[in-house]
Amino acid sequence: MSAIYILWLRELKRYVRSRAQIAASLGQPLLYLLALGFGLGPVFQKAGQGSYFQFVAPGVVSMTILFSSVFSGIAMLWDRQFGFLKETLVAPVPRIQIMIGRTVGGATVAVIQGLLVFVVAIIAGFRPHHWVSFFPALLFMMLIAIVFAALGTAFGSIVQDMQGFQLIMNFMVLPIFFLSGALFPLENLPKALVIITRIDPLTYGVDAMRGALISNIQFGFSVDTIVLCLIGTAFLTAGAYLFSRIQL
Amino acid sequence: MSAIRVENLEKTFGDLTAVNKISFQVEKGEIFAFLGPNGAGKTTTIKMLTTLLNPTSGKIELDGLDPTIHRNEARQRFGIVFQDPSLDAEQTAYENMELHGVLYKVPHKLRVQRTEQLLKLFELWERRNDYVKTFSGGMKRRLEIARGFLHTPKILFLDEPTLGLDPQTRNQLWTHVKSVNESENTTVFLTTHYMDEADRVAHRIAIIDHGAIVAMGTPQELKQQTNSESLEQAFLALTGSTIRDESATSQDQLRRFAQMWRK
Ligand SMILES: Nc1ncnc2c1ncn2[C@@H]1O[C@H](COP(=O)(O)OP(=O)(O)OP(=O)(O)O)[C@@H](O)[C@H]1O
Ligand SMILES: [Mg+2]
Repeated sequence: MSAIYILWLRELKRYVRSRAQIAASLGQPLLYLLALGFGLGPVFQKAGQGSYFQFVAPGVVSMTILFSSVFSGIAMLWDRQFGFLKETLVAPVPRIQIMIGRTVGGATVAVIQGLLVFVVAIIAGFRPHHWVSFFPALLFMMLIAIVFAALGTAFGSIVQDMQGFQLIMNFMVLPIFFLSGALFPLENLPKALVIITRIDPLTYGVDAMRGALISNIQFGFSVDTIVLCLIGTAFLTAGAYLFSRIQL
Repeated sequence: MSAIRVENLEKTFGDLTAVNKISFQVEKGEIFAFLGPNGAGKTTTIKMLTTLLNPTSGKIELDGLDPTIHRNEARQRFGIVFQDPSLDAEQTAYENMELHGVLYKVPHKLRVQRTEQLLKLFELWERRNDYVKTFSGGMKRRLEIARGFLHTPKILFLDEPTLGLDPQTRNQLWTHVKSVNESENTTVFLTTHYMDEADRVAHRIAIIDHGAIVAMGTPQELKQQTNSESLEQAFLALTGSTIRDESATSQDQLRRFAQMWRK
C-alpha cells in the first residue's frame, strides 16, 4: 500500500462516514436543479430555447463537482487546526505524493457527489440524448473534479483561518460557478461577460458536459478537453508547489 | 558524526526571537533532554529540526544531512511525538496506526504485529476499533505515543510526551524509550516539564530560556554547577522562579479558536 492510496482512502472514508454532510452538501444542488430547473422552465421555453431543465441539469452536476472538490481541498484547514496535517508533513514521503493522495481523494468524492445529483436529475426527468453519452460525461466530470480539487489544495495550503476560507468561497468559488454558463446560455451576452466567462475554467467543463449529455456544445470537445487539461496541469503544479512550502 | 548538530540556529516571528542563536550536538545513541520554561523555544527548535519550519538563520545537520535541503532524506531518519494533537479524529485508533505504518513504509506483517503489541502495551487494544474522537485526552495521548513507536527511526523526537498521562503510562513510556535506546541505539531528543523524568532517563541535558541555551551537561554536572540537590532545584536556579508571561499566546489561541467557529 502506498502513501497516495492510504490518503486517498482517508478522504473516501471521511466522506462515506459523514452521512449528515452528504445530505447537507446535496441540498444546495437539488434546490438549484428543482427550483430553477422547473421555475425558469416556462420563461426559457417562451424564449424558444427548449427545456430549461434539460439545459440546467448538466450545469448543476458540474456545480456540485466544483463545490465539493474545492471544499475538500480547503478542508485542509481543519487538518491544520486539529493537527493531523503535521503527521503527514513529517512523514518520509515526498510531499507531492501526500498532495496527490489528498487531491485525487477529494476529486473522487466530488465525482461521487456529482453522480448522486445526476441520478436525482434523472429521477426528476432529465434525459440524456443517448445513454452511452454517460461515459464521456463521466470522463468530463473527473476532469472538472481534478481541476478544482487541485485549486482547492492550492488554496488549502495558504488559508490559515475561517475568514480566508469564507473569502475564497465567496470571491472565487461562487463567481466561478455563476460566470460559467452553468445556469444560462453563453450566447448574446454583453462583451464584458463574454470575456469573463471565457477565462472561467468551469465554462469549458459545463460546455463539455452539455455537449456529452444533450449535444449542445459551443467550443467543441477538443477545445474543452485541451483547456481543462492545461488548466488542470497548471493548478496541480501550483497546488504541489504551495503544498510543499507549508510551514506549521 | 553526531546524530544532531545545530549551529547558531535562530528563529524569529516578527519582533519575537523564539530561538536565539543556539548551538549544540547530540551524539548517536544519546538520550538528550531539552528543558526550559513555557515559551522558551523548545517546540520551535524541534519544528526546525523536523522540517516543519524553516530557520531564520543557522545550520542544522541530522545524521549529516541538512533537513532544509534534503528534506525527504532527513524525514526518513526521524520519528516524532508532537506536543500538540496530530491524530485523525475521524478514524479509529487502528486506522491511525495503519496510516502511519503505510506512510513510514513499515512492511505489512511487521506493521500488524507491532500495532497489536504497541496498542496492548499502551492499553488501547480493546478500543482499537473506536473512533479517536471518542477517546479521552489521556487515551489520545497514549495513541500518539504508540504510533510514534510503530516504526524504528534513528532519531526520535519526543515533545512533552508525558503531557496529561497517568503515572502508570509515564512509567511505561520511559521504560520503552530506554529499551529502544539500548536495543536499537536510537538517539532520543526529548522535552518535558517533569524534572524527575529527565533526571531518570537523560544522558545529557540542555536548559533553554528565552530562546537561548543557559546550561548544558549531564544531570550530575548541572546539579554540581548550581550546588543543587535535585534537578528541579538546578533548573530553578538556572532559569529563575518567575512564571513566564504566556498571556499573549493563550490569547492568540483563544482568538484562533473563536475564528474557527465564527461563520
Ligand atoms: N507560529 C508562531 N507565530 C508566532 N509566535 C510563535 C509561533 N510559534 C511559537 N511562537 C512563539 O515562540 C516562542 C517559543 O514557543 P515554543 O512553542 O517553542 O515554546 P516551548 O518551549 O515549546 O514552550 P512550552 O513549554 O509551553 O511548550 C513563544 O513565545 C511562542 O509564543
Ligand atoms: Mg512546546
